Amino acid sequence: MSFVKMTVSALALGAVSATAAAARDQVQIAGSSTVLPYASIVAEAFGENFDFPTPVVESGGSSAGLKRFCEGVGENTIDIANASRKIKDKEIKACAEAGVTDIMEVRIGYDGIVFASDINGNTFEFTPADWYKALSDKIVVDGKIVDNSNATWADVNPAFPAQPIQAFIPGTKHGTREVFEDKVILAGCEATGDFEVFKAANGDDKKAAEKACIALRTDGKSVDIDGDYTETLARIDSNKDGIGVFGLAFYENNTDKLQVATMSGVVPSTESIATGEYPVSRPLFFYVKKAHIGVIPGLKEYAEFFVSDEIAGSDGPLAEYGLVSDPELAKTQEAVADEVVMGGSM
Amino acid sequence: MTDISQNGSTPRKHGETLLKLTARTKRRNAAERRFQAYGIGAIAIGLLMLVILVFNIVGNGMGAFTQTFVTLDVTLDAKKLDKKGNRDLDDIKKVSTFGYAPLIQKAFEAKVGALGLDSGLKAKDMAGLLSKGAPAQLRDYVLAHPETIGETVTFRFLANSRVDGYMKGRVTRDSIENDKNITAAQLDFTDQLVQAGVIEKTFNPAFIFGSDASDQRPEAAGIGVSMVGSLFMMFVVLALALPIGVAASIYLEEFAPKTWWTDVIEVNISNLAAVPSIVFGILGLAVFINYMHLPMSAPLVGGLVLTLMTLPTIIISTRAALKAVPPSIRDAALGVGASKMQSVFHHVLPLAAPGILTGTIIGLAQALGETAPLLLIGMVGFIASNAPDSVASGLLAPNSAMPAQIYEWAKRADPAFYERAWGGIIILLVFLVTMNTLAVILRRRFERRW
Repeated sequence: MSFVKMTVSALALGAVSATAAAARDQVQIAGSSTVLPYASIVAEAFGENFDFPTPVVESGGSSAGLKRFCEGVGENTIDIANASRKIKDKEIKACAEAGVTDIMEVRIGYDGIVFASDINGNTFEFTPADWYKALSDKIVVDGKIVDNSNATWADVNPAFPAQPIQAFIPGTKHGTREVFEDKVILAGCEATGDFEVFKAANGDDKKAAEKACIALRTDGKSVDIDGDYTETLARIDSNKDGIGVFGLAFYENNTDKLQVATMSGVVPSTESIATGEYPVSRPLFFYVKKAHIGVIPGLKEYAEFFVSDEIAGSDGPLAEYGLVSDPELAKTQEAVADEVVMGGSM
Repeated sequence: MTDISQNGSTPRKHGETLLKLTARTKRRNAAERRFQAYGIGAIAIGLLMLVILVFNIVGNGMGAFTQTFVTLDVTLDAKKLDKKGNRDLDDIKKVSTFGYAPLIQKAFEAKVGALGLDSGLKAKDMAGLLSKGAPAQLRDYVLAHPETIGETVTFRFLANSRVDGYMKGRVTRDSIENDKNITAAQLDFTDQLVQAGVIEKTFNPAFIFGSDASDQRPEAAGIGVSMVGSLFMMFVVLALALPIGVAASIYLEEFAPKTWWTDVIEVNISNLAAVPSIVFGILGLAVFINYMHLPMSAPLVGGLVLTLMTLPTIIISTRAALKAVPPSIRDAALGVGASKMQSVFHHVLPLAAPGILTGTIIGLAQALGETAPLLLIGMVGFIASNAPDSVASGLLAPNSAMPAQIYEWAKRADPAFYERAWGGIIILLVFLVTMNTLAVILRRRFERRW
């Protein structure tokens, strides 16, 4: 019967593929959606210039990528995790439990986080304190902790227009969220002096005070975006009062729709981030499984190519796309060449 | 006459006639007319949505099928490309794409000189009109034809996505005011080159047949490789789901005794058809990748996952097709001495075949448009491997799928990718419409009714 034959051929097919499945010859990468464009630019150039196949780069967020990274050693696990934050001790521990011990940490550069709104809307000059006062769940008024009732930006700072507060910020699974909380909300909390009030109210507990600072209001004025920046852009498109949090590179690709706000008087740009003038930036990393070097062809070459001057340097394609190149790139190159793993040993 | 009929059996009040409607009949008729209006309204809304959808897709996506090209004569300078002069391929390979960029700048200068244009731009800015992939295109050509080093060859390079957007009307001088990727002077230069015939917009087959490109060169991205990925997955689905599904339904329908056990199986198959596809994705990750150690991102695994998803659809439609074959056919076959198996395979199955095929094609079309389970097995991401060179590499080399590719493009920062996402939707829809039409034609031509 014809479909008996088909079944047989399907089984044969399965058998063939099971034997051929033994070897993987391309680098497999997953992780931060912020690093994804940079990684894909490098992967493409790598495929063009080397005899190795083009690496596969998936996104899904820093945490998701590191989780997959820590699943174990072997060809069915990823070789590199991209992250828009440093790996946590908890994750290193999880890695070690699964047998992933020698991890190389590679810092590729810095990324700026910018605040942008509709191009035809009002122009803003923010300070971290403004954002804290606009978005924190509880703020201090006249020495007392009260629920945040600021409805417009004019309530926050009389210098601003009376535009309703509507912020689109990255969701908690994004590495960007942590930076936003740390460098904007918490910084604003400290700058206004509210931090001390919270600390006093919590019996001098610093951690609790920090938590109180970065607890954001839940009345719809601040909306978590779990998707990508494209979603944030679409939200601002439909709600002209909205102000969104973007990566510098995304903003620079959409200057026809967005205008950027200054932070503490500094306009975000690759230059102002490189000098450290612009306050809201964070380092970007990727993590390499050392056990896979020599097993997966092209893995070390990819890592070296990524941090080479012609790629990650200040004139390279990554900088052109919006990455702020690392002033200590030479050190990173050396570390990758020597396969230095985290924790010091070689 | 009228008097008689009026005084007949119908208990009508004085002065009432059948020709004159009572208030109640009017109400009933009005209700019917209202309902018809609702029905027509519902259809109209549906049609309107369809028209808006199609209009939107075609309007947004057609741009992806044309692309702006720049024609240049590039001198393949032997001093730059083959420093040792021995034409050794390994030595030529050492020149990376970065080494090819100056050649393109030179070619631009030569072109401008030959045309007598004065743009006031530096060579680097002129070369900025081109795609970032242009040096790679040059390098690929040189590696494939090392004998042409030293000669002048005419190339058609892709223009930058901003220049392309300008040619398509998406980018204007107003919109680029804050754009650091292109300047108004470069657009003026573009206008000059268009007049000189150096820049032209033509149909771009690379969008249909090419592979994905990184965020910096949306102009080079194509859906071809992911189309191949989808094709291989459909191949796996067909090769597995059809025989398994048909065998299962023939057994259940023709041979299995009716016990509570077969009832449980039946109910579960129906339930399985309603299971969200992401569930099959996580199952695929756990079983095929983590347990069976099949490679990640491979169309084989994608196909296996989609097989699980398609099986219930095929089983249900096959059983319906088998049920539709009248019992008299089976009885007649058995009556002339055929065995049960002969009656099924010689008579029932051929008669049910059109129904089975229709169900299979619809199941395949459903699988073709599926994205969610692929997320978990690593088929969504930047996967720009070259087109597979054999069946084995097609099944095992990492690849994407058409809907996954569209999702990936829709997420990216450069607006040019948005256009390509819509263009990808057009191609996907063409596939789906073709498959569904095929199903309808098969049913119309071969189906027998009793």
